[in-house]
Amino acid sequence: MITIEALCRSVVGLDRSAVERWIENAWIQAEGTPGRYLFREIDVARVRLIHELRTELAVGDEVLPMVLSLLDQLYETRRRYSLLCVALNQALPEETKLKVLSALEGLRSARSVAAGHRSPPSTEDYAE
Amino acid sequence: MAEKDPYQTLGLKRGASEAEIRSAYRKLARKHHPDLNPGDKQAEERFKEVSAANDLLSDPEKRARFDRGEIDASGQERPERNFYRGFAEGREGARYRPGARPQGGFAADFSEEDFGDVFADLFGRTAQGRSGPNVRMRGRDQHYRMTVDLLDAIRGATRALTLPDGRSLDVRIPVGIENGQVMRLKGQGSPGLNGGPAGDALIEIQIAPHPFFRREGDDIHVEVPVTVAEAVLGGKITVPTPSGNVSVTVPKRSDTGAQLRLRGKGVPAHAGRPAGDQYVTLKVVLGEVDQDLERFLRDWAPRRATNPRRAMTGEA
Repeated sequence: MITIEALCRSVVGLDRSAVERWIENAWIQAEGTPGRYLFREIDVARVRLIHELRTELAVGDEVLPMVLSLLDQLYETRRRYSLLCVALNQALPEETKLKVLSALEGLRSARSVAAGHRSPPSTEDYAE
Repeated sequence: MAEKDPYQTLGLKRGASEAEIRSAYRKLARKHHPDLNPGDKQAEERFKEVSAANDLLSDPEKRARFDRGEIDASGQERPERNFYRGFAEGREGARYRPGARPQGGFAADFSEEDFGDVFADLFGRTAQGRSGPNVRMRGRDQHYRMTVDLLDAIRGATRALTLPDGRSLDVRIPVGIENGQVMRLKGQGSPGLNGGPAGDALIEIQIAPHPFFRREGDDIHVEVPVTVAEAVLGGKITVPTPSGNVSVTVPKRSDTGAQLRLRGKGVPAHAGRPAGDQYVTLKVVLGEVDQDLERFLRDWAPRRATNPRRAMTGEA
């Protein structure tokens, strides 16, 4: 973990009062107490991201909370998704995994048919 | 590293103003920032290129030196950095979970229990796990290959396909099916899970060649031997077609290679296409030669002798 001084030295153009404001806004979760904040690696990366969004990408302070909220939701979804994949991978027998893949494939082709894509011309339906 | 022309990277002309450079960079950086594209592995590379180009062009001194050709587009190496997405995707990412902002700016270790509900939902279970898994899933499609005779492929037929699991499947081969065509038998694949529908059986058709019929599209070709007498004198002969034997008249003085067309005797009409034709190509065969023929030919002098090899040998 690093201090707020070290943080501001490592990110060009970052000023301390801005970081303190972000902590107040709960955009950044620092540890420690006001005046003696400590930052984990993930906090440093997030500070860098917010700094970049504000300066280089010109995302204004009114819009920034919305952007962060959407990003947090996106990453939350991706974490759940990858956790789910790990869990399924551990828990399911090979046969069931194939069934899941086949079901997904079925849903996907059902959707692409619904969306107006044609199935390959060599395939014809012959219901017995 | 970034050997590409920085103007090109940002999509700018060489005389672009500072404002144009800033605007072009912002547009591309917003699009490619890796933390805004967690699922895109290439985003980081593209973002680095765009950043390097901007580093060079947004610095008037460096830009002037580049324009004069004193420096190239490389040398703009940025230090390696850890993007936020690398952390946010991992376990520690839960530190910034939506709706999990603890008061006082300190995040306690999160618990994964909350995820349980989501997963339970996915499998149609109650959070208490009262019932077993009852998610309905469609069975898998099964792929098979089946060889059929050319005549069956032309006329259509029903053939039994024995599956690896011992089941036998009656496959109705439609008229005029072509090599490589795939037939789908609905519901004949793997059974579904928990009452889900079964998958389909997909059967790829391979057509075995026939001893004398050959298919070209909807037409059938067959080579038919005729005797010298039939070829010279003409007359009725019987020829095979996929739908049975037919009687055909050979015109007088037909030679090997002469072609007769039997209209509508090819692949029967199907799928909105009219029936094809059968083409009969004559081939004169000598067969067993008897003494009478031999004697006749010895005494026979054609009025106009011809050399059929003339074009090949140059002889008269």
